[in-house]
Amino acid sequence: MARINLNEDDSVYFDVLKELGNIGCGNATTALAHMLNRKVDMSVPHVRLLDFKEVGSILGGEEQIMAGVYLMVEGDITGSIMFLLEKDSAKNLISLLMGMPASEGELNEIEQSALKEIGNIITASYLNSLSTLTNLSIYPSVPALSIDMAGAILSVPAIEFGLIGDRILLIENQFSEGLNGYFILVPDLESYDKIFASIGM
Amino acid sequence: MSEIIKVGMADLKICKAPDAVTTLGLGSCVGVAVRDPVLKIGGLAHVMLPDSTRIKNNTNIYKFADTGIDELVRLLLKEGASKQRLVAKIAGGAQMFSFQNKSDMVRVGEQNVIASKKKLEELGIPILAEDTGSNYGRTVIFYPENGDFYIRAVGKDEKVI
Repeated sequence: MARINLNEDDSVYFDVLKELGNIGCGNATTALAHMLNRKVDMSVPHVRLLDFKEVGSILGGEEQIMAGVYLMVEGDITGSIMFLLEKDSAKNLISLLMGMPASEGELNEIEQSALKEIGNIITASYLNSLSTLTNLSIYPSVPALSIDMAGAILSVPAIEFGLIGDRILLIENQFSEGLNGYFILVPDLESYDKIFASIGM
Repeated sequence: MSEIIKVGMADLKICKAPDAVTTLGLGSCVGVAVRDPVLKIGGLAHVMLPDSTRIKNNTNIYKFADTGIDELVRLLLKEGASKQRLVAKIAGGAQMFSFQNKSDMVRVGEQNVIASKKKLEELGIPILAEDTGSNYGRTVIFYPENGDFYIRAVGKDEKVI
């Protein structure tokens, strides 16, 4: 029987997930700094459990255009991870990485590819820290990218959370350079147990 | 003054003309709109998953195509709608991300559409129109007044089905 219950706020397991989120974000920020070859600061991440109804509205509304990089996770734990950026933040990041202003309007192919790679590196470093902490092997898949309404992008991880409860675990990470990023880690039910067991709970 | 009532994820609402119901940013979820054209009452269910019987944690009946549509119809009948008159339109069920290996989870949009259609068929409610599948998000507004179902997507013209 799975022990995790995301519908309970005060669960000690939730605190553990929060802490894992904090550590993961720290690593992701370091990776971003290396990639951009400049100092990147981050705020203390906000980890929140949201009801499905609130999901869209917190990221600037369901219709806010976001870029989402989504990867499947395999290995000892299975599930998925998503890195989300506001479209303007995404363009900002692309121009920092490529050393030239991003194109107006829609992202072109090279920019989309750059964004996928950024998402790939950031999520991989996030997962690496989780893997080191838990001593579990975690392999991310090739990234997939979607630029669309926040509600639509978030429906994908929300549906996965929907299999185990009525809430979604969101980690909000504010980087310097005017970048606002969000992580959503969705291990499947058995994977939660493996994570907790691996750290002696 | 008419009002547009918002339906969240895994939620459902009903209303009477001239009011309307809307849900913003439908992705792999499906918006199921049902109305009674005579009474001009209707409702919109935002379903996330196809089948409540395959999942242990199924207390939220709005979340599933089977139980969500049942509940939507129950609420409309309670308001006096006639089951024989009910008609439906559906939208959503996109595949937002494309992966090489098509696991069940990736194809959940398609499954949501199939499950919604199956449930409507079981209940004998005809589907007058649909805008489903593909790879983009949709915002929908449903007017029980005349059954118009407005669909908006990023970088596309608004359409009415």
